[in-house]
Amino acid sequence: MSEPQAAKTPHLEYEKVLSGSSTQVAQFDTNDKTPIQKFQHFLHGSPAAVPLIVLLLSVIVFGSILGTKFFSAFSLTLILQQVAITGIIGAAQTLVILTAGIDLSVGAIMVLSSVVMGQFAIHYGIPTPLAILCGFAVGAICGLINGFLIARVKLPPFIVTLGMWQIVLASNFLYSANETIRSQDLAANAQLLQFFGDSVRFGGAVLTYGVIAMVLLVALLWYVLNSTAWGRHLYAVGDDPDAAELAGVNVKKMLMSVYTLSGIICALGGWALIGRIGSVSPTAGQFANIESITAVVIGGLSLFGGRGSILGMLFGALIVGVFQLGLRLIGTDPQWTYMLIGLLIIAAVAIDQWIRKVAG
Amino acid sequence: MAQEPILSARGLVKRYGKVTALDNADFDLYPGEILAVIGDNGAGKSSLIKAISGAVHPDEGEIKLEGKPVSFRSPIEARKAGIETVYQNLALSPALSIADNMFLGREIRKPGVMGSIFRSLDRPAMEKFARDKLSELGLMTIQNINQAVETLSGGQRQGVAVARAAAFGSKVIILDEPTAALGVKESRRVLELILDVRSRGIPIVLISHNMPHVFEVADRIHIHRLGRRLTVINPKDYSMSDAVAFMTGAKAPEPLAA
Repeated sequence: MSEPQAAKTPHLEYEKVLSGSSTQVAQFDTNDKTPIQKFQHFLHGSPAAVPLIVLLLSVIVFGSILGTKFFSAFSLTLILQQVAITGIIGAAQTLVILTAGIDLSVGAIMVLSSVVMGQFAIHYGIPTPLAILCGFAVGAICGLINGFLIARVKLPPFIVTLGMWQIVLASNFLYSANETIRSQDLAANAQLLQFFGDSVRFGGAVLTYGVIAMVLLVALLWYVLNSTAWGRHLYAVGDDPDAAELAGVNVKKMLMSVYTLSGIICALGGWALIGRIGSVSPTAGQFANIESITAVVIGGLSLFGGRGSILGMLFGALIVGVFQLGLRLIGTDPQWTYMLIGLLIIAAVAIDQWIRKVAG
Repeated sequence: MAQEPILSARGLVKRYGKVTALDNADFDLYPGEILAVIGDNGAGKSSLIKAISGAVHPDEGEIKLEGKPVSFRSPIEARKAGIETVYQNLALSPALSIADNMFLGREIRKPGVMGSIFRSLDRPAMEKFARDKLSELGLMTIQNINQAVETLSGGQRQGVAVARAAAFGSKVIILDEPTAALGVKESRRVLELILDVRSRGIPIVLISHNMPHVFEVADRIHIHRLGRRLTVINPKDYSMSDAVAFMTGAKAPEPLAA
């Protein structure tokens, strides 16, 4: 586009105004921004910044109120332990929400997988590693069914996973006959199932393998989302599926793989859940789906897809954990926690909308 | 014209239920030219373009690319064969960067283990290529190739989409209403860009409603009416009002010589 020539000789009557206009070729960076606009652009470019700031602020506030009771290695790692399950399930939820979908069945898939692992290992006498693999297979199959119904049958993700939530949860209760497998039985016969409950200690800090698994999983997915074609395609599909399709992304295959992977991560969450509670309980983790969506939303990911960072989800989960522990240590009614989390969710979405205005 | 058409279609028929969108339509695009396709709304212009870009499969008829019959089941297949289409919605992902968008669906991976096992993208190579291609087309005052596409103006986005189409050794570029959503100034830049792409020897099919733009850049104008090619005119021999008259049926053209 040789601009000067175009500006000197207007081709058409109505383009005469061009000769008087700026002759600069496609200008990209405007420097005359107010500090607020700059801040808005910064947040637009680094979607995990808001939850990180909120997380640091809340740690500082609770730390200054509670002192060492809160601000100790033990308390801080306790928060990590309490959010490990939410973090793992939140990772699955992140992938789905980045595609502009939602997965309400994550908690149910997690519980069913954990029940399958426990039942297979204890009641059928299948070697524990094999039983764990079967649990992963169940998670993958549930995710695959979600993916198939959403990508191929083209049903809305909300409806599909709402249905799957009920179906999987009912299968879980019918199959397990609502029976809890006791911790002692697991310890005696299938120690590996409790693996994620074991911990390493550094002074007062207690890191369970569940916490380490969560951190490694988030780190791995962060790499995959940012540095592989699959990750970039996932963002593109969530952003604008038609555009992605025309640009050469196989949208159906992407959706199938995302929901299947989500199911597999839920199975990992199920295994970690056994470690966390020690036993296999078909009634555990009832609210994992809501907790994971909360973490994702507070983490600054957009429910409309294509925007946000998985690190934000981790920060979001930690914010919830910090509030829960901090308010409990202060000794308030737990309802205050829920009220604050509710406010955070709405604030997070409001901030997301504001940041999006950069595009306009 | 003595040359062989690079892309041609004969006797295309496409029916949607009782509606015949394409009724024995023909089409010819010669090397190095800008062919504008104009027609009234509902004339079957977009069906024709969809048929040659692989978005729809015609019921009858034959499409030849460089003399060889081709049959595309998807735009992706057409693209692999060298027909790049820049859609009206541009097919860009707003939240991804300029470089990511240019390589969407054909990313470059790092050499060695990082690429083959860890599937890591070769960001520096992709960014360099994107920057080079944008500079070639004079679009390069983009300081930040990692800027999200949604922070660009309409004309800049069009520029990125056209650069993407022109970047990957394509044989034919189809532009669907490239100036429809743009202001006067930005339209001007996009027209310059179109001429620039042609000067690189890539033939262009331009679909547009904007007669001044069509008459300015097109070498030949394909007028579509009632599902078929009515005629092909040289913009130097006819006026805009003639073209509109042919389009709407107010005037009949002389029989097609070609």
